[in-house]
Amino acid sequence: MVKRILAIVFILIIGFWMAKALDQIPFGQDRMLVGKYYLEHVTEDTGAINAVTAVVVNYRGFDTLGEVTVLFIASTGVAALLWRKKRKRTAKTEGSIVLTTGARLLLPFIMLFGAYIFIHGHLTPGGGFPGGATIATAFLFFYLAFTVYEIDHKIFEPLEGFAGLGYVTVGLIGLAIGGYFLFDWIWQTWGIGRENVGRLLSAGFIPIIYTLIGIKVGTELTGIVDNMIKEPEEGG
Amino acid sequence: MNDWVAIFITALMVISAIFAVEWRDLLAAVIGMAAVSLFASIAFFFLQAPDVAMVEAAIGAALSAAVFIFAIKRTERYESEEEGTGWWARW
Repeated sequence: MVKRILAIVFILIIGFWMAKALDQIPFGQDRMLVGKYYLEHVTEDTGAINAVTAVVVNYRGFDTLGEVTVLFIASTGVAALLWRKKRKRTAKTEGSIVLTTGARLLLPFIMLFGAYIFIHGHLTPGGGFPGGATIATAFLFFYLAFTVYEIDHKIFEPLEGFAGLGYVTVGLIGLAIGGYFLFDWIWQTWGIGRENVGRLLSAGFIPIIYTLIGIKVGTELTGIVDNMIKEPEEGG
Repeated sequence: MNDWVAIFITALMVISAIFAVEWRDLLAAVIGMAAVSLFASIAFFFLQAPDVAMVEAAIGAALSAAVFIFAIKRTERYESEEEGTGWWARW
């Protein structure tokens, strides 16, 4: 009890300190220094309508590569932590007929929507990470609805690796053409899609990279779910 | 009206965060955590950041809750009731 009161007092002091600091900053006013440049030049620089994805993939592409690496390390770490030679699904109860039929009906729509999110990352809100997470949610739904379902590991892990490799390859081609890593060579050198900004085939390499990231994130999160749902066999 | 909606959502978020910490049933705590994610997602949407709201909804509400539930399934569902005899017991 004393410990709890002490903790609450301590947290209140920290909260008061942070509120005092944040009090100096006015809310909702224009305080942009670099942001102004992004908002004014985003369409001519990258061809994207969505400024967020343009910043994430184009201006600050290195951070996205780091994030993808973090996800890859998380997935590999879970797999290494839970590794056994023989592991199986141990679902004891079959899902009800309503659940399995509903899953069968809904799954194509969830997958299609996930693909829609990451393909249209340069036009609408979203991008590779929510799209990939939506696709992983569809696979999670597979796992929960059907007791025997298991992903094909021969396809999934190589696909994950190749998607990451594709991202780095696109960046390295930019290094060869434009002089720095993750240079947008499709937009700035080739100029593909300059006449149809705001349509699907525009915005340089943002749709390509987001498709790769979507595939990578989807397979990675599905792999984490797969590793966590399987249990070692008796004496395995 | 918008101010009141924002205050309401923030209050719900704080309440569900407190419940997520307080509940001894870990399954209920996961529900509390998913509720925090949901309200955070709505708050991001109100602050006009739809990209962040989508990521928060997809990761926080669906996948992390599912991963926590799998972890609970393979360990224990209830937090043990051991409290020390004094404040120094688990300091």
